[in-house]
Amino acid sequence: MNAGHELGRRGENAAVRYLEGLGWRVLARNWRCAEGELDIVAHDGSRHVVCEVKTRRSRAYGDPAEAITITKALRLRRLAGRWAREHGLRASSMRIDLIGLVGGGADGFTVDHLKEVA
Amino acid sequence: MALARTRSVALMGVTGHLVDVEAAITSGTPGLHLVGLPDTALSEARDRVRAAIMHSGEEWPVRHTTVALGPAGLPKAGAGFDVAIAVAILAAAGELALSECADLVMLGELGLDGRIRPVPGVLPAVLGAAEAGCHTVVVPRANQVEAELVPDVKVIAVGSLRALLCHLRHEPPPLEPDEPVEQPPPSVAEPTRSRRGSLDLADVRGQGEARRALEVSAAGGHHLFLLGPPGCGKTMLAERLPTLLPPLDRKMALEVTAIHSIAGALPPGSPLIDRAPFTSPHHNASKSAILGGGSSRRVVPGSISLAHNGVLFIDEAPEFAGGVLDSLRQPMESGEVCIDRSGVSTRFPAMFTLVMAANPCPCAAAKVLQCRCSPSARSRYLAKISGPLLDRVDIKLELSPATRAELRYDLENAESSATVAARVQDARDRALTRMSGLPWRSNSEIPGPELRRRFPVSPESLTPLERALQEGSLSARGMDRALRTAWTLADLAARDTPAPWDTAEALDLWRGHRP
Repeated sequence: MNAGHELGRRGENAAVRYLEGLGWRVLARNWRCAEGELDIVAHDGSRHVVCEVKTRRSRAYGDPAEAITITKALRLRRLAGRWAREHGLRASSMRIDLIGLVGGGADGFTVDHLKEVA
Repeated sequence: MALARTRSVALMGVTGHLVDVEAAITSGTPGLHLVGLPDTALSEARDRVRAAIMHSGEEWPVRHTTVALGPAGLPKAGAGFDVAIAVAILAAAGELALSECADLVMLGELGLDGRIRPVPGVLPAVLGAAEAGCHTVVVPRANQVEAELVPDVKVIAVGSLRALLCHLRHEPPPLEPDEPVEQPPPSVAEPTRSRRGSLDLADVRGQGEARRALEVSAAGGHHLFLLGPPGCGKTMLAERLPTLLPPLDRKMALEVTAIHSIAGALPPGSPLIDRAPFTSPHHNASKSAILGGGSSRRVVPGSISLAHNGVLFIDEAPEFAGGVLDSLRQPMESGEVCIDRSGVSTRFPAMFTLVMAANPCPCAAAKVLQCRCSPSARSRYLAKISGPLLDRVDIKLELSPATRAELRYDLENAESSATVAARVQDARDRALTRMSGLPWRSNSEIPGPELRRRFPVSPESLTPLERALQEGSLSARGMDRALRTAWTLADLAARDTPAPWDTAEALDLWRGHRP
């Protein structure tokens, strides 16, 4: 595991803590299928939400939120559909959020939560 | 979810239409989406605005941002919306108070470092904003003088986005290094002539008849055709016609300046054009260059509109491509040109005095006896100037080279432009007094039916024209044309109505010496 993976892992942990702080229930982490991986699947009290976590050490190479292009958003939507079918839910009931994290140093991460990105 | 609005102006012809620039920050993938019929340069605003905002020390909102330019059906072109877009985005992101920018009209292109660059068409845009009831405009600093020509408008001239933001936040302006005021972009059209000052009618030796014709043309706004061998002074004469014309009044000057502003042909520094403009397109000019043209998004005025309230000089008329000259016929009648592209039809004013010059034949010998052209070549050459076009030219003149005696005599008697211009001014004043309360500004602008109804001429004076009409050597339109010239001749001679010899001279001028 290299430094990038390490940072991503810590970012995802921080995102889970952040969501739990909001009172959301985390249902799955790193759920995999043939097409790819979902970072976090959670329930916000009314809907199932797929959270894509992007972590960056700084904004020098762009904001983490900008890393989500329209193709990546569409892939997330397909993956969310697969997860929903596997759990007997309607794909259209799923929401996709983006959690951008910057930092990871001594003072932790700053969290940028974008709702309904796709 | 935030929404902000600013304003800018889209130009259709010389009319400015107010455009609402709205920015909304909503959920969705981060990015900037620009909607509302933008052209290529405007679509590129996406990248310019982002870089400019970041280099102005501001936070770029990493959100799904939609910028809408409304009304959506109005085509919008050019980079002049950049500033309005940038401010709308920052206001939507909460960086600026919404109330500060909602009613401001903003014009200007952004550089990647946040500089505000000058744009073409500022004068008509500010005029449009003022007519729509917006009285505060933000313009690039290089366009400040041009914008301030519009009365009752508060002009905020800024050099950079940072300076504009400080103004909107009521902060002291940033201490910027003394940046030079950015010069307007290189003009796409021929800039208005500046060597006008050195031209004088006294430079032309001989050609007394032509000078008289020039005076008549200047006094009544009559179209003029000069035919003659090379070197006899056709171009010299034509170039001096503007020196005989009175200065433009405020309204006309603003009209002319607005057209030149859109074409990007304003002289930097002192943008108001208050002298009659002079354009002389080369004979390789295309029809779009002469009439105006471009894409349906952005139609730019052509030579005839740049010559509005001035002189259009067509030198070497037979050398122009087929159809170009005849396309002048309608604008000559209506005083404006309508340019139709798919979905839009744009009007530009084109009230010009046409001066055409031509050699009598392709070999252009100084004397007829030396001409080596076959008769058919001669007639083919001049036939390129069509009958219907010549029918609309009030004064046709055949020049011959000045003789030695004429030159010597003339050295003592050549009148200066100022002397002739004073007579022209008097004649124009007489005409204006006669037409007070009517929309026309010179004899040549009066429509035929109105001319006959409002300004009757005594039967004796009409006799020469009626005889020519009966013989068939004068068309009905030609008769109206000759009548207008006769009125100008009467104005020049300070007579209240044309005398029989005025109409006879007008008829001679209309007929010319047809070869």
